Amino acid sequence: MDFVASLGLILPELILSLTGLVLLLVAAWAGDKASSAISVAGCVALGACFFLVARTVCAGASGPDTVAFFGQFRADAFAGFAKLMIYAASGAALVVAPAFFGRTGQMKAEYPVLILFATVGMSLMVSAGDLLTLYIGLEMNSLSAYVLAAFLRNDSRSSEAGLKYFVLGALASGILLFGMSLTYGFTGTTSFEGIRAAVGDGLNGGTLFGLVFVFAGLAFKISAVPFHMWTPDVYEGAPTPVTAFFASAPKVAAVALATRVAIEAFGSQADAWRQVVIFAALASIVVGALGAIGQSNIKRLLAYSSINNVGFILIGLACATPKGVSALLVYLAIYVAMTVGSFVAVLMMRAEDGTPIEGIADLAGLSRTRPALAWCLAMLMFSLAGIPPLFGFWGKFVVFQAAVQANLVALAAIGIAASVIGAFYYIKIVKIMFFDEPADTIRGKSDWAHWALLAISAIVVSPLGYLLTAWLGKLADGAAAALFLLA
Amino acid sequence: MIQTIAFYLFAAMVIASGAFTILARNPVHSVLWLILAFFNAAGLMVIAGAEFIAMLLIIVYVGAIAVLFLFVVMMLDIDFAELRAGFMKNFPLGILIALVLLAELVLGVGAYRAGALHLGTPDGSAAPLLGRSNIESIGALLYGRYLFLFESAGIILLVAMIGAIVLTHRGARAVRGQQNISKQIARKPSEATVNTRPEVGQGVEL
Repeated sequence: MDFVASLGLILPELILSLTGLVLLLVAAWAGDKASSAISVAGCVALGACFFLVARTVCAGASGPDTVAFFGQFRADAFAGFAKLMIYAASGAALVVAPAFFGRTGQMKAEYPVLILFATVGMSLMVSAGDLLTLYIGLEMNSLSAYVLAAFLRNDSRSSEAGLKYFVLGALASGILLFGMSLTYGFTGTTSFEGIRAAVGDGLNGGTLFGLVFVFAGLAFKISAVPFHMWTPDVYEGAPTPVTAFFASAPKVAAVALATRVAIEAFGSQADAWRQVVIFAALASIVVGALGAIGQSNIKRLLAYSSINNVGFILIGLACATPKGVSALLVYLAIYVAMTVGSFVAVLMMRAEDGTPIEGIADLAGLSRTRPALAWCLAMLMFSLAGIPPLFGFWGKFVVFQAAVQANLVALAAIGIAASVIGAFYYIKIVKIMFFDEPADTIRGKSDWAHWALLAISAIVVSPLGYLLTAWLGKLADGAAAALFLLA
Repeated sequence: MIQTIAFYLFAAMVIASGAFTILARNPVHSVLWLILAFFNAAGLMVIAGAEFIAMLLIIVYVGAIAVLFLFVVMMLDIDFAELRAGFMKNFPLGILIALVLLAELVLGVGAYRAGALHLGTPDGSAAPLLGRSNIESIGALLYGRYLFLFESAGIILLVAMIGAIVLTHRGARAVRGQQNISKQIARKPSEATVNTRPEVGQGVEL
C-alpha cells in the first residue's frame, strides 16, 4: 500500500479537514458576520464528501484495496454506509443552527467549524482499523462535542451540560483507554487484524478484561444502559441544534465503531461479548421506555427515546451475523431520519417572540393551532413507536427478524414486549397534540430550512419510505458483507 | 571514567534537589528545586542512552508542568501557621505512612539483593531500529508509519484550542468599564444636571 493510494482513500476526511482549516481562517478574519456563509461552505463540503463516499458504498468496496496506512484506516462499504448517515446528520445540524442561534445573536463562526471537525473525528471512528485510530477519532469527536454542548456560554444549563458531558466523557475515555491498554498488553498489537489473530484460540483473562472495559467505554458513547445517566441532562441542557446533532451523527459513529471492534477484532469470540451486548440491549430498551414516561420536557423525552432505540440497535449487534449487522445499519438509517425530524420539530416549537419552548404540555391542541407541524410530529412519533404503516416499523422488523434467525428468540420476544411500553409515551404525545384543549403558546414562525428538513424526514418515515427498503437493504447487505469479509 | 563521574554528579544532584524540594520552607523554592531535579534526571537519561526521554523531561516536565506548578503555587495564598497547626493532629497517620514506606524500602533492597527480576528473554521478533538513535527511530515511525495518526492528533489539539477560545474569549464589545475620554471631556453641565420638583413622597426618576 503506497502513500498516494492511502491518501486517495482518505480523500473525504482530507476534504473535510482542509475545509475546516480554511473556514477557521475565514472565521478568524471575517468574524461572526460570516457564520452563515461558513455554514453554507461546510454544507457544500459535506455534500461533496457524501457523493464521494456514496460511490464506494454503491460499489460495495471491500478487501485489501480499501485498507490505507498499514491497516490503520479502512474505507470499505461498511465505513462508507455509516459515513453517509454521519454526513447527512452533520449537514442537518449545520442547516438548522443559524435560525436558532441567530435570533439572540449568539451564532458564532466557530459552530460550523467545530461540527466539521467533529465529523472528521466520526469518519475516523467508523473507518478505524486500529485501536489508535479508534481513540484519536473518538477524542476528536468528543472534544468538539464538549465545546458544542456548552456553546451558549451565557446559559447556565448549556454550561452545565458541557461540563457534565466533559467530566463523564473523560471518565469514559479513561475506561476505554484502560481496556485498550490491557488488550494491547495481552495481544501485543493494536491493529484489529492482529488482535483477531491473537484471540483466535480463546481469550485469556487479561484480554477478556480489556474487552469488557473497551465495551464499557463504547457503551458510554452510545449511551447504552448502564452508562446512560448523562444523556437526559446533556440533551436537555445543550442548545437544540446541538442536541439534534448528538442524537444522530455521533451515535451512528459510536455504534458503527462498536460493531467494528466486536466483529473485526473480537469476531471469533462472539460468545464472550454477546452477553454484555444482550444485557445492554435489554436494559436500554426497558430503562429508555420507563424513564421517558414521567418526563415533562420534550428534549429529555427524546433523550430517553434515543436510549430506547440504542437498545434495539444493539439487538442487531448481538446477532453477530451479517444479517444482524445489515439490520443494524438499516435501523440506524431510519433512526437518523426520525431523530433529526423530531428535533427539527422541537426547534419549530417557539413562542410568539421566538423563544424556544420545550414543555410537553405546551404541545396541547397543536393540531388545531399548527396542523402541519402537529401531523408531521405525530407521524414521527408513531414511527418511533414502530406502528406498522410507518417506516419506523421496518427497522424494528428487520432487527427482530435477524435476531430470530440467529437463534436469539428470547431476546427478540422480550424486545418486542418492551417496545410496547415505549409506544405508550410516544402515543401520549400524539394524544396531547390532538385531543387536549389548545395551550396556544406555540405561535412563532419557523424558518424555511426547518420546514424543508421536517418535510424530508416526514416523507422518509411515511409509508412512502417502503419504496426505499429494497435499495437500503441491498446497500446494508453489501456493507455488512464488507465487514465480515475481513473478519 | 568520565561517565562514572557524570553519573555520580547527576545522581547526587537529583537526590539533593529532591531532598531540598521537600525541605524548602517556601513552596516557590520547592518548585525551583524540583526543576533542578528534572534537569539532572534528564542528564541521567542522556548517560543511559535514552536521549528522547531526556528531551521529554526538559520540554514537558520543565517547560510545561513545572512552570504550571510555579504559577499555581505563586497564585495560592498558603498560610504556613495553619499548615503547621495540623501537624500534631495528623502525626499518627504520618507515622503509619512512614512505616509503610520503610517496609517497602526494606522489601525493595531485599528483593534487589536476591537477584534481578526475570522479565523473560526477548524472542528477537521485535522490529529492527530504523535509525541510529532512538530519536531517529521514533521520528521515523511517527512521520512514516503513523503519520496519519500523528497529523490527526494535531487536529485534536487544534480543536481543543478552538474550544478554549470559543468558550472564554469575549469580543472587544463586551469589555465593561471602558473609559471614553472624549465623551467625558465633551460633557457639559447642562447635560449632566437637571432641575426637578418632585411631589412630596414621590421621589425622583433618574
